[in-house]
Amino acid sequence: MNKFEEELKKGNFITSECHKCDKIVWPPSEYCDNCFGNVNWRKISENGEIIEWSKKGSDVFCIAEFEKTIRIMGKLNTKNTDAKIGQHIQLSECSFNQGYRFIFM
Amino acid sequence: MKKVAVVGYGNTKFSTDDIPIESLLLESTKEVFNTTNNLSQDLIDGVIVSTNDNSKYLGAILSELSGIKPKISHTVEHLCSSGTAATVSAFSYIASGLADIILVAGADKSDNPGQVLDWDRSRGEFTRPIYWASMFTKAHKRKFNTTEEELAVVSAKNHKQALDNPHAYSHKAYTIPEIMNSKNITDDLRMLDCSYSCSGSSSILLASEDIAKKFTDSPVWISGIGQKTSSASFTKNDLTNLDTTKSAADIAYNMAKATANEIDVAEIHDAFSICELMAVEDLGLAKKTTGAEFVRNLFNTENRQINPRGGLIGAGHPLGATGISQIVEITQQLQNKAEKRQVSNANKGLVHNMSAAATSSTVLILES
Ligand SMILES: [Zn+2]
Repeated sequence: MNKFEEELKKGNFITSECHKCDKIVWPPSEYCDNCFGNVNWRKISENGEIIEWSKKGSDVFCIAEFEKTIRIMGKLNTKNTDAKIGQHIQLSECSFNQGYRFIFM
Repeated sequence: MKKVAVVGYGNTKFSTDDIPIESLLLESTKEVFNTTNNLSQDLIDGVIVSTNDNSKYLGAILSELSGIKPKISHTVEHLCSSGTAATVSAFSYIASGLADIILVAGADKSDNPGQVLDWDRSRGEFTRPIYWASMFTKAHKRKFNTTEEELAVVSAKNHKQALDNPHAYSHKAYTIPEIMNSKNITDDLRMLDCSYSCSGSSSILLASEDIAKKFTDSPVWISGIGQKTSSASFTKNDLTNLDTTKSAADIAYNMAKATANEIDVAEIHDAFSICELMAVEDLGLAKKTTGAEFVRNLFNTENRQINPRGGLIGAGHPLGATGISQIVEITQQLQNKAEKRQVSNANKGLVHNMSAAATSSTVLILES
């Protein structure tokens, strides 16, 4: 298990970033993909927006973007039957058991 | 750099049968030997296997089963475009003079592990290809007003064309309403808009210009190669453009000193209906925003220019074999040996093969 997975297991959604290059390193990695220096880890803002979405049965799934950089796919926990592009969402739950799981609201 | 030609080929039937990977590879290799003039084991300098199967050392295993003792032998894995990636490796060995004759054998089983990329964390629990395909389709509908019916035309055309491909998984034609009414996988994807993961194998024999004519009177030359990889994570992609396909096509056309309007016949990577609509535009075969109209016109006029063997949707998709099967089809077309599938006056052909939601693409130009 890497750092990202350890934290995800605890319900923390974190990213690597490089202070030297002043950039988010995503997907998470131990080294900066620009300078190969060591990364720092920090929590990602839980406020994101919907880039695209669709539905499987009654489940709305979508690509959400955080901090204008980090994109993940997750399930939208909503009473509505649809969603909107650019809609503001929050990461409400994340986990790592068999696989990764992200839930937005 | 030496010129390199396709001088022989073999296919198995694509199916959902559970067949050992070694048997699949041997089956299409046997076809190459059965159908290629003057070929003997001692002439082969290299055996390259393309697969997503977890078995090890398949280059050596296939060589032993075929009685070949090659100088070069190894496996190439690059998900759905493993086949063209292996072909580019073989091309390079021959062009550089390291080898003269190479067998490239691709195969996968229908339950192969190449369908899900575990590493791509960004997909969350939505790991299967149907989810990126739904995102592509939804985004395309939104941006270009693409309709369900326009998507169904792709599937109707490719299923119909597969009827004349004896190796295809599907031998059933579907009407546009049947496709539109097929089971909803998601709100944006119908069952019949998806390609099926199959068991199957395809092999080709590549040879240098010095010896190509020993095996065939009509070698088919690989005149252009373009490849591009942008990432492994799907979510970084632009959802309405196949950027890596565009880059790979530019490189390939440039190398072949050819333009898109010279392409007489093309095998393109229709993993899902939406992919064909995007690819015909990004390969320059149709103008931007006219992909759906272009494909509909082909369907209405029974023009087999795009995916004459039925594409992935009609022929099935044994991942490691797909790129090689596409090359076999274009070779047959340029040799005027494609029988009922034959496109008239085919002199220049194109192969488009991609991986993991177009994070990586290969484009090849072939000439008679
Ligand atoms: Zn850095």
